[in-house]
Amino acid sequence: MSDIPLLDLRGVSKSFGSVQALTDVDLEVRQGEVMALVGDNGAGKSTLIKCVAGIHPMDHGQIYFDGRPVAIHSPKEAANLGIEVVYQDLALCDNLDVVQNMYLGREEHNWFQRLKEPPMEKRTSETLKTLAVTTIRSIRQPVATLSGGQRQSVAVARAVMWNSKLVILDEPTAALGVSQTEQVLQLVKRLAEQGLAVVLISHNLHDIFEAAHRITVLRLGRDIGIYERAKTTQEEIVHAITAGIPTKVAGIAATDHEVPAS
Amino acid sequence: MTADAAAVSAEPEVQSYGERLRVNIRTGNLGSAPVLVALLLVMVAFGFTAQNFFTPVNFSNLIGQMVGTCMLAYGVVFVLLIGEIDLSIGYVSGVAGMIAALLAQPTPVGLGLPGWLCILIALLCTTAIGAFQGSFVALIGVPSFVVTLAGLLIWQGLIQLELPGVIVIQNNTINNVYGYFFSDTGGWIIGIAVSVAYVAGTLVAVLSGRRHGIAIRDPGLLVGKLIAIPVITLLTVFVCNKDRGVPFALLLVVVMLVVLTFLAKKTTFGRHVYAVGGNAEAARRAGINVPRIRIIVFMISGFMAGLGGIVLASRLQSVDLNAGGSTLLIDAIAAAVIGGTSLFGGRGEVRNALIGATLIATISNGMNTLGYENAIIYIVTGSILLFAVTFDTIVRRIQIKSGR
Repeated sequence: MSDIPLLDLRGVSKSFGSVQALTDVDLEVRQGEVMALVGDNGAGKSTLIKCVAGIHPMDHGQIYFDGRPVAIHSPKEAANLGIEVVYQDLALCDNLDVVQNMYLGREEHNWFQRLKEPPMEKRTSETLKTLAVTTIRSIRQPVATLSGGQRQSVAVARAVMWNSKLVILDEPTAALGVSQTEQVLQLVKRLAEQGLAVVLISHNLHDIFEAAHRITVLRLGRDIGIYERAKTTQEEIVHAITAGIPTKVAGIAATDHEVPAS
Repeated sequence: MTADAAAVSAEPEVQSYGERLRVNIRTGNLGSAPVLVALLLVMVAFGFTAQNFFTPVNFSNLIGQMVGTCMLAYGVVFVLLIGEIDLSIGYVSGVAGMIAALLAQPTPVGLGLPGWLCILIALLCTTAIGAFQGSFVALIGVPSFVVTLAGLLIWQGLIQLELPGVIVIQNNTINNVYGYFFSDTGGWIIGIAVSVAYVAGTLVAVLSGRRHGIAIRDPGLLVGKLIAIPVITLLTVFVCNKDRGVPFALLLVVVMLVVLTFLAKKTTFGRHVYAVGGNAEAARRAGINVPRIRIIVFMISGFMAGLGGIVLASRLQSVDLNAGGSTLLIDAIAAAVIGGTSLFGGRGEVRNALIGATLIATISNGMNTLGYENAIIYIVTGSILLFAVTFDTIVRRIQIKSGR
């Protein structure tokens, strides 16, 4: 596990009209690490990752990726850096099949934009195999015919197929049953073991304590702090989510991510 | 059965024909099968009841009644695929006919330009109209229903404003778009070339798949198509040759079918069209330039409307104040929808338009032959359209249910 964060967000602020969604938020994640991002509804988790993914522009703040300051203006730029996001609503096209969804927006083609189906089909089946996704009958069936767990698997597989360095998972287990949740968490751990940086957004503290190494808590669009999983308890996290006080105060330098006394 | 499925699934995928059919019905993946059956039934029914139905002359008429609508319907398929609608195509086709006719008129009235140039300019204009209307939809977010409804009025108004009445087209190139018939030998050469190209193209695709370890998914259907398409093609040539020969317009319909099917199914653009229709937000997040796709689709719609308009003007050898009016718009949209293109976006194929247009033309032609008046034909066509849309809605519901 490298000590320099792969992704380092400093002082991110974002407002939608008069609504201040994020105020001076920091987030970091290292290679081979699962960083959980938690917070109540409306805490700004989804907004934060949409800033990283290039969907929303940030009002203030800086993104460092691999130690370099970067600007991300579009999903394509995020993908070029090696950042992949699996959204809560999966962002799959129901009418397209598994292969078509895996390659959506990055189809392999040759002259005159002609699609090269065989290599796409082959690589899709290989990727699903390495991730031990065994329940999908045919990769040529429309995604509409898949179960919730299978759809999640396709979305995660799509995110990791592109030699990505950072995978952001937004509530990957929210719609899943017990055994399928377990499968997805195993998948998350496997991603980190393979050296990827993973940001895991979840409401479910059980999931977080099973899969994450560190935990960043957001509350009301502000950054409460980073907690080491090994040194914290579910009670402490719940307290931070519901009543945490921001570590940073406007005008004063950040207090180096110290865990606030609860 | 298939190598890819075996790699993904622990249990190898062995699907019998019946099982496949059941899965397809359950997931609402029937495609154009129901309407092909309907077309066959209608043809057989007219064959028994209408005495002059199965004659080469009538067959030739049927093709003539179908080609213009079919061109427009091809464009409609693309618009429907992205979940939009284009109500302006009827009068846009009229505009194309008008522009070509006016430019081709001898100098005192028109410019006396060569026919091919007139056609080219007309098509450029209708493509630009498509881009204009599509920009309102894609960039500003005005509902396409309203934009193209406004277009319907505007282009109709333009035709009535600019057209001095009836223009009789004297230009041979324009008139030959519909009026040229290949010689018997030429017809056979075209028929054989189309058949060979289809069989060879299909086999090459299959072999290329096999080289990459991808097995044939549906051998029965494949063999069926490999036999049926050449048989239908050569039969068409045979019957056409009994009359005036294969019309150039029919060749145009087939060529556009091939070109547009390639565009829709084999290119990244086509894939993105389906993606935008299935889930525009997902497409956007995948980095697809959704407004660009939408504008291009409306340009295709405008281009095809223009081409249809040229064919229709060429068929009448004239353009009048009613150009692009009557039931043309309704027939074109109905053809795409009856053929199995979903109004909800993301489902459908270009060939649906051809099948749908053929069905509509067959019903109209057959009932005319039987002596029914237009009123009855409207009622029947309307009922079939209602049935097709209802069917599509139910299928869509089944599909959503089976997914969750």
